[in-house]
Amino acid sequence: MSEANHAAAGKYRGNFLKEVEANVEEGEWVKMCMQCGVCSGSCPMGPYWEHPPQEIFMMIRAGKREEVLSSTSMWMCTSCYNCLVRCPREVPVTHVMHGLATYAQRLGMAPQNPITARFAQKFWDNLTKTGRVNELKLGMALYFINGLSEGIQTAMKMQDIGLGMFKTKRMDPLEILGGHGVKDRVGFRAMLKKAQEIEMAKLTKVG
Amino acid sequence: MAKKNYSFYPGCSSQKGASASNYTTSVSTICNVLDIQLNEIPDWNCCSASIGYAGGGELPRLTLSARNIALSEQHNAGQDIVATCAACWLSTKETHERLHYDAQLFAEANQALKEAKLTLKNETKVRHLVEVLIEDVGYEALKAPVKKPLNGIKIAGYVGCQTNRPFGIAGESFENPRYLDKFIETVGATPVENYDKRVSCCGGALAFSEPEKSQALIKDIIEAAYDGGAQMIVTPCPVCQMNVEIYQGHINQRYGTKFDMPVVYYSAMMAVAYGKSAKEAGLDGQVIPAKALEAVAAG
Repeated sequence: MSEANHAAAGKYRGNFLKEVEANVEEGEWVKMCMQCGVCSGSCPMGPYWEHPPQEIFMMIRAGKREEVLSSTSMWMCTSCYNCLVRCPREVPVTHVMHGLATYAQRLGMAPQNPITARFAQKFWDNLTKTGRVNELKLGMALYFINGLSEGIQTAMKMQDIGLGMFKTKRMDPLEILGGHGVKDRVGFRAMLKKAQEIEMAKLTKVG
Repeated sequence: MAKKNYSFYPGCSSQKGASASNYTTSVSTICNVLDIQLNEIPDWNCCSASIGYAGGGELPRLTLSARNIALSEQHNAGQDIVATCAACWLSTKETHERLHYDAQLFAEANQALKEAKLTLKNETKVRHLVEVLIEDVGYEALKAPVKKPLNGIKIAGYVGCQTNRPFGIAGESFENPRYLDKFIETVGATPVENYDKRVSCCGGALAFSEPEKSQALIKDIIEAAYDGGAQMIVTPCPVCQMNVEIYQGHINQRYGTKFDMPVVYYSAMMAVAYGKSAKEAGLDGQVIPAKALEAVAAG
């Protein structure tokens, strides 16, 4: 158990609902779930969730901390917002799932397979480096996410797609040299650093 | 007609050499025709899209969009922000709303922005280009410049997720929005009636990390278009466009299908109907060529 995870688990002494309400984005909405299942039925990745959203909500109330935070479930969210617009109780289901995923990631409990959690982190690291997404580097990072040999196989498999994008000028090999970005990188990075500091300070205070 | 001025947030995928660079081409073409002036927000940054939450969390993610709104308020004062990308629009609008209703988050975002010597007033409306076309231009005025009506071309209007949810377009329902069909009719083409996959998900960012699961969704979107007799799909979203277009070869391999369905932006469709060339419509950016539109453009 990571130090942050230990501290959070200890502080709430088994009341996982309280922990979620305090630390998870929009977590105060969890108690509003009435278990109708519309969210689960509306999810395009529904069949692949280890526990669909409706179940996740109940598991939080039942104190299934370990099972929820280490679940692959929330990482199946495509951000389609079907659940959010259909919820009869107006629970922002998508945001709660994102929030749970972020919280699990911060506590070091997010499953690293399948690769969505790792890919999501790479996406964030990619965009914060220059202020804009470098699609080429992101694609490469994705191909090689499980190491060199699998990466070469993936790159071969994806060759036709890369070529199609290159031929239509929708992919630029020169992006590898740096590519697009914001001019005020100093200000941009200082701003994000500050935002991260404020957010982490809030978490430690409650956690 | 006086030009309408907007503060433009193009987003990462719209840049030169990026995956939706052809969207930028057709948008700029139709905006010229419709006297819409898009003034780019200087030094804008990425919105972190829909998958940025995992690494970013709440405040850093919202601060990204807050910076764009602050820059817009500083350089393009008084102009509504307009985005062409669904994720850009969603993130920026979400930030505007969250910081409007949450005074603490608003104060914290401004505290972070101070490090970049910026201040957010958060008084700016955040809109999608299709809102501008529907609300500020109007269907009649969108029809007026049509020089080459796309008669006889049948098109499936694929709205997708994030141009539709959670915010949507005023007056349209989440489950069955009609505006894309109206665009199709406006340029003289025929929409696929009751296209049942119009608001279904293409997998979004999970097309990268969960390719098989996402391609199963994409397959259904294309199949329904074929079932409706469509010659092409139009969409307002860069991720929808890319996901539904570029994986068709892989889907054909996996499922034994013979998909060859062009997926174009509404703006490319309009540009051709407005009498512009294939290049001005960004059709050279099609991985699967939109031959029916190319023929009209060449004719």
